[in-house]
Amino acid sequence: MQHKVIDAKDVVIRFAGDSGDGMQLTGSLFANMSAVYGNELSTFPDFPAEIRAPHGTLSGVSGFTVHIGSEHISTPGDYCDMLVAMNPAALKTNARWLKRTALVLIDEDAFDDQGLAKAGFKGNPFTELKIEDRTIVSSPITSLTFESLKDSGLDHKAIGRCKNMFTLGMACFIYSRPIEYIYTYIENKFGKKHPELVAPNKKALFDGYNYASNIQAIPNTYHIEPAHVKPGLYRNITGNQAIAWGLLAAAEKSGLRLFCGSYPITPATAILEELALHKSLGATTLQAEDEIAGICTAIGAAYAGDLAVTTTSGPGLSLKSEAMGLAVMTELPIVIVDVQRAGPSTGIPTKTEQTDLNQVLYGRNGECPLVVMAAHSPANCFDAAFNAAKIALEHMTPVVLLSEGFLGNGSEPWRIPSMSDYPEIRPPYARQSDEGKFHPFERDPETMARRWAVPGQKGFEHRVGGLEKNHEGVLSSAPDNHAVMVRERAEKVARVADSIPLLAVDGPAEGHLLVVGWGGTFGHIGSAVSQVRLSGVDVSYAHFDYINPLPKNTADVFSRFDRILVCELNSGHFAGYLRTVLPQFDYLQYNKVEGQPFLVQELAEAIEKVLQERSGHNGVSEN
Amino acid sequence: MKYTYKDFKSDQEVRWCPGCGDHAVLAAMQRAMPRVAEALGYEKERFVVVSGIGCSSRLPYYMDTYGFHGIHGRATAISTGIKVANPSLNVWQACGDGDALAIGGNHFIHAIRRNIDINIILFNNQIYGLTKGQYSPTSKFGAITKTSPYGTVEHPFNPGSLVLGAKGTFFARGLDTELKLNEEIMVSAATHNGTSVVEMLTNCVIFNDGAHSSISGRETKADRTIVLRHGQKMIFGKNRDKGLILDGLRLKVVTIGEKGITEDDILTHDAHNDNIGIHMMLADMKYPEYPVALGVIRDVADVTYDGGVRMQAEQVTAKAKIHCVDDLLRSGSTWEVR
Repeated sequence: MQHKVIDAKDVVIRFAGDSGDGMQLTGSLFANMSAVYGNELSTFPDFPAEIRAPHGTLSGVSGFTVHIGSEHISTPGDYCDMLVAMNPAALKTNARWLKRTALVLIDEDAFDDQGLAKAGFKGNPFTELKIEDRTIVSSPITSLTFESLKDSGLDHKAIGRCKNMFTLGMACFIYSRPIEYIYTYIENKFGKKHPELVAPNKKALFDGYNYASNIQAIPNTYHIEPAHVKPGLYRNITGNQAIAWGLLAAAEKSGLRLFCGSYPITPATAILEELALHKSLGATTLQAEDEIAGICTAIGAAYAGDLAVTTTSGPGLSLKSEAMGLAVMTELPIVIVDVQRAGPSTGIPTKTEQTDLNQVLYGRNGECPLVVMAAHSPANCFDAAFNAAKIALEHMTPVVLLSEGFLGNGSEPWRIPSMSDYPEIRPPYARQSDEGKFHPFERDPETMARRWAVPGQKGFEHRVGGLEKNHEGVLSSAPDNHAVMVRERAEKVARVADSIPLLAVDGPAEGHLLVVGWGGTFGHIGSAVSQVRLSGVDVSYAHFDYINPLPKNTADVFSRFDRILVCELNSGHFAGYLRTVLPQFDYLQYNKVEGQPFLVQELAEAIEKVLQERSGHNGVSEN
Repeated sequence: MKYTYKDFKSDQEVRWCPGCGDHAVLAAMQRAMPRVAEALGYEKERFVVVSGIGCSSRLPYYMDTYGFHGIHGRATAISTGIKVANPSLNVWQACGDGDALAIGGNHFIHAIRRNIDINIILFNNQIYGLTKGQYSPTSKFGAITKTSPYGTVEHPFNPGSLVLGAKGTFFARGLDTELKLNEEIMVSAATHNGTSVVEMLTNCVIFNDGAHSSISGRETKADRTIVLRHGQKMIFGKNRDKGLILDGLRLKVVTIGEKGITEDDILTHDAHNDNIGIHMMLADMKYPEYPVALGVIRDVADVTYDGGVRMQAEQVTAKAKIHCVDDLLRSGSTWEVR
């Protein structure tokens, strides 16, 4: 077979195997190496909730998708150019994501009768999946790894664990990746604690690379040029890590200590874990006894003067609802991070969705508005967290920052900013010079924020709590006072609109169709809009980072378009909200609730459908 | 002393029912605070009083200190956050038996497990008062209340056993009418480094009047309670002639002068003894077999959570390579694009 090196603009590679096969590590190493090489990239880990689901079963398949390119990459990609399937179950669960031209690399040792039966295959798996026309590279990866490491001195189990390195070596050959980066990684990871693992892992990687270059089965290898990205210092960052760091940045810019009270919950736990590392930056983490204690310790810490946060996911947010109301009532600055996952109830903990929006907007007793914002990409989580904390502290209000499992676990390269580019954060502290007795609920006439007096401050003794009070902080159940306080708390949140950026429109500022999204769908919707534009039609796109309050120009932007198509990973929460706050417009919807991100292709088709049916009744639901 | 009780009295009108035991506990607290301020060398602005929901949880409004009236059951978590954020504050918490032991039971035992340096005053009137008379987790077995018209069929918690079972480092019991004793107990609680739980037996005149009357009667109190003080003999009774001894593995009430018992045979209270067994037995004593123990039953030294948090932060910071967010952003694996 004639071997060709093909220059590719972008490729999508999906590593899939049993949840114990090390596919998350293999994928992230491939991604990091590509980032250092200079490619643009986006990743998407897709793993089961079970730590070790039954071996070889469909439910135990763990996958990691890497999309690398020489031009801008904003999504992990819909369909893959190469699938690495470490067993039949991994092949079965991922076959639908294969491009027509895809290469499938399998470990043929795992494709024995038992393995095939566990995945429910009766005969030839490729025929059954109707993928026999793809390029199948079947290699005995397990036996080759054992052969490679037979003299390594490692036991059977330890050698078996190295097969992912052999596989990664093969992938490195196919995509012309330099393996030196991985050598360094292996040395750093095992060097100190398990030096005996360094040489075998390197050897497996090296032998995998050479094996791939020697066999004739691989028709083409690919070269992906480094991207022309803005010069600067870069790193890879996941959304969860970026949220943790953004909060630390806000603590630094406000001169406050950071307090995080949280309870572990998928997929938000990594934020708590990350913050727990950074005591030297003034971060205190308290792993609470439950979700309620997580937010209540944060509220206590905010009362005592810290920048206080709690991090969670949907079910945990439900538990925090009452305390969120307490934070609204006491008007204390806390940030509540919700990394959304598929619900309801426990739902599908490791899968992504945008189904908590209604809960954060409406899920509390009483008139209980708070600021709601959303991060739109893994790296953007840094700025989103910083801004959430800034708003909370300067406006004396709880802020919910919505992230998604897709953002939290996903990663992308990030041009490292300098903290000198970020603004100072200035909470409205009660000043010693304020005359007379301190009235905790008197407000700044501009922002409507109350002043923050912190225990230890002489002469400012006051009481806050969940009971309604008057401006002086005295309990009051008077009807007119309640009406005033309800109105003022709402007005304070509404006035945050004066401090946030206007809604930007990508594409023409007016026209036939405005596509609208919020949160982690940013990359997919943006890619879909770009794709539709290739056919020469005009379509505009507006993405919301701020949900409550909405940017001040939202109605103005909407009024310039004939139609508005709201795309979101739920049954229409944002569309419903828009209908409530801006009822003068009609909203079309495109929704998906499968626990998975959008596909660029399906969005592009939905947009085209609206464009084609511009005069008649449209096929996209309008309700 | 720098302060008097008046410095801790707020201008808010106290709205508990006339005759409610909470009035007396508040008075004891306002009297204890100047002594606490003196003992710790604290200014008034370093006192914070936190509460949950219930009659007793109105208490922060009546103290002229920083105060936080929380939500039902969560006072302990709020106190924890305040103390961890600023360990130089003196944090007090008022909560009831329903607040601390039913809806807030989880936070209660975990604060004790962590030994965070807060002072919890647990008002135990064995009833839900604010919701007008339903049984609580400390209501006696068979208690007839609005939600148990035929009597409860569940055992009550003994707060002392719960605290000690969670390896509490400080447990004391007071009785609403014992103003002097309560003041003394509160000063001990404040100077104890760690979670201090003070169970205050309080009387709800409206919904559970006389809940503690078997031990609180003027005539019978001396015979039916025992005030424990560290280093003193466990002697009680109107005539100071009764005492506690260990009979095998059980406590036993004896009379001095009878059956050859002398004062030397009577146990001496050691509140600082790390062994929880004897404290558990003392906390568990019920009338009529035993006198009910009042005073500081357990007060032992141990590491605190807030202290540990600060110490660890200092140790990590001393060795840290990352001193600001710019350092953090540039740590680990990065690459330069030119």
